[in-house]
Amino acid sequence: MTGSLRKGPVVQRKYYDFMCRLSAITAAEYFSPMENVMALNTMKEGHDGSGLGLVLRDLGGDFAELKSLPILSGIASDAGLRELDNFMYAQGFEEVHMWQPNIDSRAPEPETGRRDHYFAKAYDYPKAVKNRSQAEKEDLLLGVRLALRVMGEDDESIFAFSFYPDTVTLKEVGDPLELGQFFRLDDGSLEARIILAQGRQNTNYDIYLYACHPFFLQGYCTMTNGENTAFVPIMEFLTSRGFPGYLGYNSDSEVFAHILHYTQRQLNYPLTYYKDVITPLAEKEIDGRKESEALRLIRRSLRPLCIDGPNCIIGFTPDGSVFMVQDAKKLRPGIVGGAPGKYALMSEECGLDEAVSQRDKTEDFSPMKYDMAIIKPGATELKKWNQLTN
Amino acid sequence: MDPATRLDANHELSLREFPYIIRWRDDRCTRCGRCTAVCPVNAIEPAPHVHRRVFSEGGLPNPKAEREIVHVVKQVTDIDRYCTGCGTCTLVCPNEAIEPELNPQNKFLTYKNKGGVPFRRGGRRNDPTASTVDQLKFTRISMLTDPALDAGRHEFRIRTLLGRNLPPEALPLKRRGDRLVVGKTRERGQAESGHIAHGFIPPVREIYPIRIGSMSIGALSPHMWEGLAMGVAYLNEIEGMPVVMCTGEGGMPPRLLKSRFAKYFILQIASGYFGWDEIVHAIPEMTEDPAAIEIKYGQGAKPGDGGLLMAYKVLKLIAQIRGVPEFVDLASPPTHQTKYSIEEAVAKMIQSMSMAWGFRVPVYPKISGTKTAMAVLNNLARNPYAGALCIDGEDGGTGAAYNVSMDKMGHPIASNIRDCYLDLVAQGKQNELPLIAAGGMGKTGNLAANAAAMIMLGASAVDMGKHIMQAAAWCFGDEYNRCNLCNTGRCPRGITTQDPKLYRRLDPDKVAERVVEVFKSADVELRKIFAPLGRSTELPIGMSDALGVADPAIAKRLNISYVC
Repeated sequence: MTGSLRKGPVVQRKYYDFMCRLSAITAAEYFSPMENVMALNTMKEGHDGSGLGLVLRDLGGDFAELKSLPILSGIASDAGLRELDNFMYAQGFEEVHMWQPNIDSRAPEPETGRRDHYFAKAYDYPKAVKNRSQAEKEDLLLGVRLALRVMGEDDESIFAFSFYPDTVTLKEVGDPLELGQFFRLDDGSLEARIILAQGRQNTNYDIYLYACHPFFLQGYCTMTNGENTAFVPIMEFLTSRGFPGYLGYNSDSEVFAHILHYTQRQLNYPLTYYKDVITPLAEKEIDGRKESEALRLIRRSLRPLCIDGPNCIIGFTPDGSVFMVQDAKKLRPGIVGGAPGKYALMSEECGLDEAVSQRDKTEDFSPMKYDMAIIKPGATELKKWNQLTN
Repeated sequence: MDPATRLDANHELSLREFPYIIRWRDDRCTRCGRCTAVCPVNAIEPAPHVHRRVFSEGGLPNPKAEREIVHVVKQVTDIDRYCTGCGTCTLVCPNEAIEPELNPQNKFLTYKNKGGVPFRRGGRRNDPTASTVDQLKFTRISMLTDPALDAGRHEFRIRTLLGRNLPPEALPLKRRGDRLVVGKTRERGQAESGHIAHGFIPPVREIYPIRIGSMSIGALSPHMWEGLAMGVAYLNEIEGMPVVMCTGEGGMPPRLLKSRFAKYFILQIASGYFGWDEIVHAIPEMTEDPAAIEIKYGQGAKPGDGGLLMAYKVLKLIAQIRGVPEFVDLASPPTHQTKYSIEEAVAKMIQSMSMAWGFRVPVYPKISGTKTAMAVLNNLARNPYAGALCIDGEDGGTGAAYNVSMDKMGHPIASNIRDCYLDLVAQGKQNELPLIAAGGMGKTGNLAANAAAMIMLGASAVDMGKHIMQAAAWCFGDEYNRCNLCNTGRCPRGITTQDPKLYRRLDPDKVAERVVEVFKSADVELRKIFAPLGRSTELPIGMSDALGVADPAIAKRLNISYVC
């Protein structure tokens, strides 16, 4: 297929992610995203096999030696790619490496047809910004990604999913296993130590790739199984923070990633406070915590970021921690298991059996309403953190 | 000879001019006299009628006529004694022989200005049409997208915050390892803020999102006020619902002020400062801080107009609480006499009141609904000591006002709150300054639905006044000008009177019981609204995607969805 995928203006709608299944793996060694896809496939009864979203972090394969360079992941039409390349050149970014999937032409094509270009391009920073701080570089990368998004949004000639060092994003419509075969995800060119995968496109309305999670922003990433009923007030609060990356919101799940970004990067809170922000304790429960004074202030000041509805959230932070949290009533499934060196965080136990079959099952952990499961960077340890007792 | 004007009664009003016409049934009436005795305005009176009766006795027709005197209950046509339609006569009649009937063709307002005095009354805006708030529906139901919550089984946190919340960027938090602690100095990179500069963390209360709005002791009878206060204390201490009520202007009994119950009350200061001498003197002996201080600048029912407690309501108790002599008119001016500008006087007043309680009590202004609300809002948003903004819409009630003020002045609450909320959103301050919506909550009995709709438009809490008077004390008033005698001190239910003969009719225990019932049932209804929307963890403030309305103009104005 050439040209744009869909003519006419994009209808901005909110998508709900209630039928997804989630598959996250983190390991000390590089592994293939196909492992996530195979785990997703075991949970197929729980998702409709309508799509695949992948975010890979701490990359091996082609990118193992390019860790410090920003990687732009996306999809483009022929015209879109030309426009993109011209733009990047004009911005002073020098393309160092381009990964493209080694597409298996015998495998079934994606439901919406094969796109012209799936790519992950590593760039060298423009000379003028090479010596700038990490934060300044991150803001520059964000600005470029948003500019590309605007350029290709109307005619869908460009989808820019992420532009950040050591990170690749891939999203497409269709059955996850078929897509894995189509992209030949097991060819060794794309590997990572942290991979988040989600097995569903939002099929409530017309399929739209920007509504597909996992969502990534400046090193922070989440994916969700659920419905965030508090979406509108949260979105309004985030967009009113004045941070340029807080936009999009084609899915109600995107705010989970941005809340993570806001609390961790902008407010510099420790990771466990993510749980305290999205599902705050009641006033009386706060009394049992050592830092009750601080928690009370946080609960009040960040009240609009309290989530609601059934949601299981899996995410990672720039330091390589991977976590799972549940909504305040624990209305969605979610299980964590493995051993030091490799852990998996899945919607269902069958996914865990596929991804880390050799684990001690008695150590499996299903986070409940007050819990947060955190896999330490490098998959060294599973930390069970309880909101009530810590 | 009588002049023609008397013979043909040409300068008198006919009953058709009156808003209510008494339907009296001769065949049922036992002439017990209860109705004429109880009528608060003497609109009916016993009267002799001369009837000509034709009868025949014997086997053959032999008609004879005789005159007889019959006692009837007669409605007077004196405009000062117009039937208010309260229906107290019906209430006391043992035989259902009497009933006022609304006369929609009345020309009451045309004539109710005798002596050049316009019609004054209590009550609410006489507009029975559904308010905008009442037209809003909750149209975003989670069923298959999300298993709906169970209103009866799941935990719901129906609470709100009263007081100013610091922006997250300005919280004085320090990171100590994996924990955050409250630090005294600003962390590097933390936003500059007046709050931090002063090391001031504003006081915040967690309260129930439906409050009892400001109705003064003085406007209300002792039994009514006592019943409300008892109900509120019960809700807090037995039911665990942190309901608060506002005193209105006029203080509160010093013994209560010094008691542990003081924390359930919001003390109001208004332009007359009534009761504040007593309050200020009680501060050293207070064992609990009040819930908040409300500075009243305006009232939705009578925007820009002052208050007046008539001399005959100022009995010994009221005089003592307010610190004034007995039996004098107590006028609250339309504006605070010290007020020069919002920047100067309002800020000063907020700070003075904050200082009186050591900055431990939220202080906020209440204004009447107005197109200029956003100017006030933005001023408060920049004032780190302002704890909230309460806006009282045109459907608010009052104990006494000119009819024209009530019927024609003011601003509907829905768009006023929505505009203010969206203005705060644009500035990122929607969580900093809570908006409290008042005026017409529960106008048609849908208290919980009205409260939920206002919350989803952006209010943090709502106030009710008339609804609790009706629900807890059987107030007769409605939007057809029924009763509305609050200003006369002749309230037939004993709610707004200082006449012991009248307020003894009202049992404070029963009022308290009804207050509890009203809040408990509203709480169940709020769960029944929030559960299908999938909201239970926090109050759905600003959850405008849940709202729909079948009027495209309203939908557009409020930025919610149009449904049909």
